[in-house]
Amino acid sequence: MTKPMLAIIPGANCAGCDYSLLDLGEKAVEVLMAVNIAYWPTAADLKLEDLEKLPDGSIDIVLFEGAVNNDETEEVAKLARKKAKNLIAFGACACFGGIPGLANVASKDSILQKAYVKTLSTVNQQGTIPHKLTRLADEELTIPEFLETVKSLGQVVNVDYYLPGCPPPLKLVAEALAAALSGKLPPKGTVFGSMKSVCDECKRVRENKRIMEIKRYHQFIPDPERCLLEQSIICMGPATRGGCDAVCPTMSVPCRGCMGPTPESQDQGARMLSALSSVVGLEVETGVNDEEVRKIIAQVKDPLGTFYRYGLPKSIMRRAWGVRE
Amino acid sequence: MGENFEPKIVVFACNWCSYAGMDLAGTSRIQYPHNLKVIRLMCSGRINPVYILEAFANGADGVLVTGCHPGDCHYISGNYKTRKRVMLLERLLEQFGIEKGRLRLEWVSASEGEKFANIAKEFVEQIRKLGPNRIAEELRKEVAVV
Repeated sequence: MTKPMLAIIPGANCAGCDYSLLDLGEKAVEVLMAVNIAYWPTAADLKLEDLEKLPDGSIDIVLFEGAVNNDETEEVAKLARKKAKNLIAFGACACFGGIPGLANVASKDSILQKAYVKTLSTVNQQGTIPHKLTRLADEELTIPEFLETVKSLGQVVNVDYYLPGCPPPLKLVAEALAAALSGKLPPKGTVFGSMKSVCDECKRVRENKRIMEIKRYHQFIPDPERCLLEQSIICMGPATRGGCDAVCPTMSVPCRGCMGPTPESQDQGARMLSALSSVVGLEVETGVNDEEVRKIIAQVKDPLGTFYRYGLPKSIMRRAWGVRE
Repeated sequence: MGENFEPKIVVFACNWCSYAGMDLAGTSRIQYPHNLKVIRLMCSGRINPVYILEAFANGADGVLVTGCHPGDCHYISGNYKTRKRVMLLERLLEQFGIEKGRLRLEWVSASEGEKFANIAKEFVEQIRKLGPNRIAEELRKEVAVV
């Protein structure tokens, strides 16, 4: 029997997802022994041409990591789809856009200006920014061109399975790989993860207390037993899919939402906004005027960045829309 | 656009006060602009922020959220929740590039037909000044590219 083929294809990623594979420890060896690597630039010396040469639909498992943020990753994503029997969006970036997706809060031009011209540590007197094509004396050099809007993998091609997390939790990686290698994959479209929220897996105690202020994580040391949200820290647990065993809240770090929206919600940020509004202030605010409420609400410093940290491209609004003429 | 622009406005109204208030405006023959598309819910606290985001993403030029006056909520605390949601949502929408005046929260009781008509007129004028919401169009283009 021939071994199944595995390809791990990076988009706009940080290679953190690769680490989650290595974190499997001895199991990683088992997995790697059981497959033929078709393409994995992070670890194997295979080029994109090698991937292109393979027949369409021949790779049993393709893990695509990272968001789609330039025309090259877009092409690679389409290639991945063409060659894959099962395409798995691996990690928060591929599933929802992730951290690279936060580029959607600004326009392409302002990002390039900021990165290559305006930062204090940059010396760039001519204001040179990268262009797709550069002509030198007798040759033409091309580099990938940044897209106006960063997308998740699912917004470019059809995705068979989603494995969220930043990085994806080991338990889920092992589960997904075991299912893929044994040929017992769940129905297409499945998201590997719990059907419940992070709060459901969190051991911290909820007392249904209300909060009258919102604090930042560095301002105090939270009680290790009590719910972080009820201790005035914004924890994305209520709006985030479980499956990670609530590792962050367990370690006294508020959930940041890397597992994406809960199964029944369309928009992680809206869900969190709703949940937060139900905890902030009094249950019955008789005699409390608008200004007092606004003062508490104003303590949420960056609603977009907090509520959509990993999911901006996949949200209803997809991006911040600049002033248009 | 300019002259011919007719704002599309989505109004969320609670069953007990605001919808009854609008009904009163109707039965009292008070005229108000036809730009409003009213959606009745049992309570303003039922308004999921997703509804408001979806409204803007699908081409609403303005969203008016109405509910019972503080202290009058049929379910005791629904309108207090809405107040906080709308305030937070206002800030979020601004970050998304939707101008502040496009989302508005008003308390309308069952006896305030005239007040509702005035709010409606005022809000329509305000949105007319702000101009059309272009996000829906841009979003459609964005999706079409995919």
